[in-house]
Amino acid sequence: MEVNQVLDAKGLACPMPIVRTKKAMDTLESGQVLEVQVTDKGALADLTAWSAAAGHNLLDHKEEAGVLTFFIKKG
Amino acid sequence: MAVIKMKAAEVARKVIENKELFILDVRNKDAFEDWKIEGHNFDYLNIPYFDLLDGVDEILPKLPTDKDVLVVCAKEGSSLMVAEMVSEAGRDVFYLEGGMKSWSSYLEPIKVGDLTGGGELYQFVRLGKGCLSYMVISEGEAAIIDAVRFTEVFTNFAKEKNVEIKHVFDTHLHADHISGGRHIAEATGATYYLPPKDAEEVVFDYTPLEDGLTVKVGASEIEVGALYSPGHTIGSTSFIIDSKYLLTGDILFIDSIGRPDLAGLAEDWVGDLRETLYRRYRELAEDLIVLPAHFMIIDELNENGTVAKRLGDLFAENHGLNIESEEEFRHTVTDNLPPQPNAYQQIRQVNMGKITPDNDEQTEMEIGPNRCAVR
Repeated sequence: MEVNQVLDAKGLACPMPIVRTKKAMDTLESGQVLEVQVTDKGALADLTAWSAAAGHNLLDHKEEAGVLTFFIKKG
Repeated sequence: MAVIKMKAAEVARKVIENKELFILDVRNKDAFEDWKIEGHNFDYLNIPYFDLLDGVDEILPKLPTDKDVLVVCAKEGSSLMVAEMVSEAGRDVFYLEGGMKSWSSYLEPIKVGDLTGGGELYQFVRLGKGCLSYMVISEGEAAIIDAVRFTEVFTNFAKEKNVEIKHVFDTHLHADHISGGRHIAEATGATYYLPPKDAEEVVFDYTPLEDGLTVKVGASEIEVGALYSPGHTIGSTSFIIDSKYLLTGDILFIDSIGRPDLAGLAEDWVGDLRETLYRRYRELAEDLIVLPAHFMIIDELNENGTVAKRLGDLFAENHGLNIESEEEFRHTVTDNLPPQPNAYQQIRQVNMGKITPDNDEQTEMEIGPNRCAVR
């Protein structure tokens, strides 16, 4: 998977991971992919719901050593 | 305009005093539908905070100007962000300090009534989770039943009342919340009692809570007597206090009855539940005041905020006590049960002493409603 931009939102608490993600997405073109790294567990439900509501495509997510990584394709 | 912090204690007063409040809940729709702050006169708007990142103009017309508006989220951060946006748009607005986590933890002690010889009985109402704990106080001594994990609330209350905690009971091995009983006993030197049939796997020492066990509290010797009443769990035990109050644990609630499946043995225990509710309790005085270990809906609260009702009234009004056919009863309490409480298997492990999660993990496990009942 080609990642166009990586956002490090580790250590940030809600709502900042989503606020930063939205800002980063605003700079991307439709079809480009953003990788987001977070440590706030609440981000899983929130990023999933936000992506759907905003028309983006959450391609995949994984959890490793307490870090959640999301791959979101801009809609 | 101002952003004002509101504490869980202030929200609790609004619930108990039937005040109006408009709650703007900015959590996910799923989280809101699963569990929210309930009040008789509360109105709600649920919009996830991430739908408001571009501004709050769209929702402003939906926010009333004639009552307080409280923004609520899971932990606090998002509610503060949204509250600041609403405030910048020219409106006074509150946010909930500590979010739903602090709401889940808050306990309000309310006096249920006086006992013989100047004793008192208090109910600790955990509004956010629907848990009810009890403290019997009599000249110099106290007994606690079904304490939740915020042990300092109980030990501080005892200090304030100048009483020594002598006895700590759990009516059963809880599956929806983490018990504070064992830790209170350790901190105060009190005796910790647990029904042995629920305690087969526990890894700590306890005093067996057997049918017919009686302890006397304080100078006026308030009697706290145990009545074996299985069905929610196989060990579930009720208490009769001062021949006046019946503490039913998770067997009988105001508007529902206990579910028999949280330890995985619904089919085995449904007969016990039937026996307890339809025979053992029927033999008791109808004037006893029932005090359960939970409430599920806000309508179960009395005007003063307590959860209590005469046993005779429950026999007349509680649907779960009025199912004549055993077959239908079995069907009601074993089929189509509501979802189980969040992390209930882990919570049971904590209450057995098998795992010891840190405070944040405990908070996380306890998120959501208690779900111990079946209607």
